[in-house]
Amino acid sequence: MGLTVSELTDMIQAVGKVIEDNKAFLTELDSAIGDADHGINMAKGFHAVKEKLPTLADADAGTVLKTVGMTLVSTVGGASGPLYGTAFLRAGMKIGNKEELLAVDLDLGLVAALEGIKQRGRAEPGDKTIVDALQPAVMALKESLNAGKTATEALGAAVTAAEDGVEYTKGIIARKGRASYLGERSLGHQDPGATSTYLMLRTMQEFLARRT
Amino acid sequence: MKKLINLPEQVVEDMLEGMVAAYPEYIRLVPELNIVVRKDAPMKGQVGLVSGGGSGHEPTHGGFVGKGMLTAACAGDVFTSPTPDQILAAIKEVDGGAGVLLVVKNYTGDIMNFEMAAELAEAEGIETASVVVNDDVAVEDSLYTQGRRGIAGTVFVHKIAGAKAQAGGTLDEVKEVAEKVIANVRSMGMALTPCIVPAAGKPTFTLAEDEIEIGMGIHGEPGTHREKIRTADEITEHLTKKVLEDLPFAEGDEVAVMINGLGATPLMELFVINKKVAKMLGERKISVVRTYVGEYMTSLEMAGASVTLLKLDQELKELLAAPADTPGFKQF
Ligand SMILES: Nc1ncnc2c1ncn2[C@@H]1O[C@H](COP(=O)(O)OP(=O)(O)OP(=O)(O)O)[C@@H](O)[C@H]1O
Ligand SMILES: [Mg+2]
Repeated sequence: MGLTVSELTDMIQAVGKVIEDNKAFLTELDSAIGDADHGINMAKGFHAVKEKLPTLADADAGTVLKTVGMTLVSTVGGASGPLYGTAFLRAGMKIGNKEELLAVDLDLGLVAALEGIKQRGRAEPGDKTIVDALQPAVMALKESLNAGKTATEALGAAVTAAEDGVEYTKGIIARKGRASYLGERSLGHQDPGATSTYLMLRTMQEFLARRT
Repeated sequence: MKKLINLPEQVVEDMLEGMVAAYPEYIRLVPELNIVVRKDAPMKGQVGLVSGGGSGHEPTHGGFVGKGMLTAACAGDVFTSPTPDQILAAIKEVDGGAGVLLVVKNYTGDIMNFEMAAELAEAEGIETASVVVNDDVAVEDSLYTQGRRGIAGTVFVHKIAGAKAQAGGTLDEVKEVAEKVIANVRSMGMALTPCIVPAAGKPTFTLAEDEIEIGMGIHGEPGTHREKIRTADEITEHLTKKVLEDLPFAEGDEVAVMINGLGATPLMELFVINKKVAKMLGERKISVVRTYVGEYMTSLEMAGASVTLLKLDQELKELLAAPADTPGFKQF
């Protein structure tokens, strides 16, 4: 796919914009089973990212991703700050000082992000969290790439899997995060964090599709 | 939304500046980072005590910074955990060479942010230890969930661990006594009305005029159930029974009591609650060593209250009785 650092930066800005556009929606989802702040938290973080990215014009891909991670960690707070922050940090560490990203980097980065989130939050699939969207997405991406699909196609499969993951969270009881206090009452509601993961992946896929 | 604020995004900064302006003899503010630090910190050779969490629970946490309680408090946004760099900065502010104890309430966000901060502090060579408060009996304690929440009982952890640190306890000793408090403190609350997070502008949940939520958390998390409003005695009996059964507290025990208002409940009603709690404890031959009635762990303008009981042994009794001098908790 050959994504330059400047394109990576644009892609992250696009993700930030979608988060901002969905601030009210994500907050609404969180008010059903959490504390009504997920959209607010995420938008605040990506607003800081938006300000920070222009200062990184000459950086490599790993540095960009790590800086995004640190910025999220230090501005978001809540649960999603350390989780998404760790995700970007780990992806950046894995990808390292590359100037151009290939499909394999997408795979490596997302796998590292998933591992980071699971380590930080100790959530497993079925706990009604980000993991329920991200893990199937990462698996679908890998499978598609192994089957010889392009990065854009593989990311498309990941988006579909993430969307199914979000749907799946409606039918399960939360076992991690604030929603776990609801017990049975969390049934029937989609998880805000899984939803923001889906939105981020979808934006990345649309970005790649637009440029090819 | 009708609130005495300037801008929702600025409410925490505005509050902290006002707090420090009111109590310059106790605390100072680390600008930009929203950290309230004991004025004379770091105290050389003394264990530092850092707590924090979302704002909106005043006087928790900043109001308990001072002699005999917290050394620093990190204020997150309203109902949102502070960030690791904030917590790390607080750790550095209070590190007097004897290590720093982090008092964390059991919420996913707080746990992860404090954990990241502890990792960063370790990387910088500062010794830290953490305790996690989980006194809310409304939530099932289970290995498979986040577990019980930390609520008003946290104030007893601040008080007693703070007294131990002030008395020159080592990091291990301060941690141990904090854990003893956590093992012996239980709380449960209820809400009459919801509250509005300034940035959200509307209540996170609604309750009908004649409806209350039993077991409500301090961020408006759901409790065990909703029911029609009953008399204060009936509601208090329900809460207190749950608290008593959980530990369980038994005949002959000595306890400290905290009747905590959530923000919009008048002292009059808190004393009405305490009358019933005192009677119930008397009937069970549980003796009350000390009672605290007032606002300690609020939830913005939520109406409601929580009942906290702490079982005391000789050590806890002495540390609870030790002097404390902070903006929000004074004892001589
Ligand atoms: N342990 C965890 N592992 C993975 N994801 C988690 C975990 N806990 C919570 N989440 C995700 O975080 C989302 C909520 O994020 P949010 O930004 O609302 O933080 P929060 O839990 O409200 O924290 P705080 O109240 O401290 O702000 C949930 O929808 C869930 O997907
Ligand atoms: Mg939330």
